[in-house]
Amino acid sequence: MAEHIIELQNVTKYYDDNLVIDNVSFYVNKGEFITFLGPSGCGKTTTLRMIAGFDLPTSGKILLNGQDISLLPPNRRPVNTVFQRYALFPHLNVFENIAFGLKCKKVVNTYENDRGEQYTKKEKLSKKEISDKVKKALEIVDLEGFEKRSISTLSGGQQQRVAIARAIVNEPEILLLDEPLGALDLKMRKEMQIELKEMHRRLGITFIYVTHDQEEALTMSDTIIVMADGVVQQIGTPAKIYNEPANTFVADFIGESNIFNGTVVGDKKVKFCGKTFDCLDEFEKGEPADVVVRPEDILMTTPDRGTLVGEVISVVFKGIHYEITAQVGKYELVINSTESRKIGEMIGMNIAPDGIHLMKPKYTSNIFDGVITKRNTVRFADGEFECDVTQLYPGSHLDEEDYLITAAGEKIDLTDTEVKVEVGLYDISISDDAEAGGTTGRIISIIYKGDHYRLIVRTEEEEEDFVFATDDLWNENDLVSVIIPKDKIKLTLKHTEEKKR
Amino acid sequence: MKIPRFSRKTLCIPYAVFLIFFVIVPMLVIFFYAFTDSNMHLSFNNFVKFFSDPTKLSTIVYSLVIALITTVICLVIAYPVAYILARSTMKRKFVILMLFVLPMWINFVLRVNALRELFNLLSSLDGMAWLAGSNYFKTVFGMVYDFLPFMILPLYTTMLKIDPSLYEASADLGASGFATFTRVTIPLSVPGIMSGVTMVALPSMTNYVVSDMLGNAKVTIIGKFISDYFGNDWHMGSMIALILLIVVFVSTWFTGGFKSEENVRGTSL
Repeated sequence: MAEHIIELQNVTKYYDDNLVIDNVSFYVNKGEFITFLGPSGCGKTTTLRMIAGFDLPTSGKILLNGQDISLLPPNRRPVNTVFQRYALFPHLNVFENIAFGLKCKKVVNTYENDRGEQYTKKEKLSKKEISDKVKKALEIVDLEGFEKRSISTLSGGQQQRVAIARAIVNEPEILLLDEPLGALDLKMRKEMQIELKEMHRRLGITFIYVTHDQEEALTMSDTIIVMADGVVQQIGTPAKIYNEPANTFVADFIGESNIFNGTVVGDKKVKFCGKTFDCLDEFEKGEPADVVVRPEDILMTTPDRGTLVGEVISVVFKGIHYEITAQVGKYELVINSTESRKIGEMIGMNIAPDGIHLMKPKYTSNIFDGVITKRNTVRFADGEFECDVTQLYPGSHLDEEDYLITAAGEKIDLTDTEVKVEVGLYDISISDDAEAGGTTGRIISIIYKGDHYRLIVRTEEEEEDFVFATDDLWNENDLVSVIIPKDKIKLTLKHTEEKKR
Repeated sequence: MKIPRFSRKTLCIPYAVFLIFFVIVPMLVIFFYAFTDSNMHLSFNNFVKFFSDPTKLSTIVYSLVIALITTVICLVIAYPVAYILARSTMKRKFVILMLFVLPMWINFVLRVNALRELFNLLSSLDGMAWLAGSNYFKTVFGMVYDFLPFMILPLYTTMLKIDPSLYEASADLGASGFATFTRVTIPLSVPGIMSGVTMVALPSMTNYVVSDMLGNAKVTIIGKFISDYFGNDWHMGSMIALILLIVVFVSTWFTGGFKSEENVRGTSL
């Protein structure tokens, strides 16, 4: 078993009142190239900063070789960072930048005195040792002879190399890289990817890499940790993450995906796009499932031989393959193929069982904590919605003063009653008009599901999420109001002993 | 018909006129007076006289010492303030900065006058009589009071521009808080230090209002000296003014004050 060099145990981080890391646990094996992958704001950089020591976890532990380093300052951790914008010291030249860490360092040397007794002394590195190490580091990053150059005369790629040399010269146990290639152009980035991978192999130390570029992550890593919303979505090898995404988020974020709502109709049989397919995942019969199909797993054939038959509506040349979009009934499928098709052509499509990935849908309905107001509306998720309160007590009705009269004739004032609010995935709509709905929020996620979009709208104050399906295309980050018809709000009484979420 | 148009050059005329009549011509006049005698003949007498007169030389040295002490005190007070303000994430730090700058909105003669009254009041108290006679102390105190904002502002703007990730990089590479301060913060704030030093040292050499009002006219700095000479001997006064100009020019040259990219004087607010 490989040794765990870094382990995070239930790490949670708040910035002021914002939860950025939500109970994250994972470990990193010694010598591994591990990548934190996720969209911006997913918490990957914060996680890295906590390992480096720039941010401290609000709760939870960070273990380095089994020792708790959660609260240790950065200068006492055996890790070094390559910063996103390099953070090279502008007042120092290349040599002085790289030597910066070495000059801070003290090593324990053992000497022998006249009587033959050994004693140790903490000493700074000598000038010769420092210059030898700097020279070696410059060789590793291919910048021999750059010692005297000033930072401002270097190109972006060269600065990048100096930043790497400045970190590895200290022989850290872990090298942290915070989107180090983000500022480079595509060609340079590809070259540096290969070089970094080679460097990792030669140095044999652990690399922790942060990126939002899924291709970069797939190319370089031994292990990928996919993060979103401060939560780890999946941990696995690049192949596993790509071929067996744990949920629709991972499937959508890593590579191209067709995502459909499906239903399991039998033993290893799933129905989606109106047809039944064989698959490898075992789910309960009748269970809803998110179905993910990679574009390259859809095989084109003649219309009479395909399980699915559709019309080609777009063809885009992508260099190595064509990206073909086909319309099958009301569903759209994206296919990657080395063969081209004509727009308007009818094609058949087949999907092999190992190309169909089933996932338990993360969202089946929306559940909120609400409170009944004086006006017999319900308040939740930063807003107030009209609802039918009589459903709380079967057979009850409202009197003319809006008091609830139960079936037994009892009069109840519902004000401030805590209730559980449930709204179905198809019962929510949104509008541009901020006044139209009961609350407002921003669209934080849009996933195309073949014939509709699945949206998540998050309210701004309480950060409650509304998940729902819609046929219309919206833009991420739009501010919208959330409309729920009165009769679609399901209320149940919350019992006092029930724990508050 | 040709339509008369204002070109950009035309817009410069008012300032050009100002420049010629109030900067260039007076300089030429000073130059002329410095190298002539009372009969308006070319003469290097003033130059020789200045450097052979110990009183004149000692006044220059005195002025330099007072300027040096004032500048050092200002730097020692301003540096931590600027550093803390620049690095704090406090929302209302603008207000604190304003409080430092606020005195500059009141005429400085008034402020110095108020300070003199305050000193008079204090020295009438028991055990504070020493204050009445300590003219140098009061002069330096007044100058620090007056020129402190000119030290804080350039330091603050320079430190604000230091990329915070450099502090993190330094800590990441193993530097302690103190090492980061000496190896990153100080070297990167040098342009601000230079600006602040120039903006405090120069006026404290020449601004004799403070020394007159607080030093009971017992403290003679070089500005006062020039002003006195212009009462009776314009030629000597011009020579001293010229020598001061050269001293300032040389010191500005050495501190890099002519480099435009490092010119950060009071760029905020």
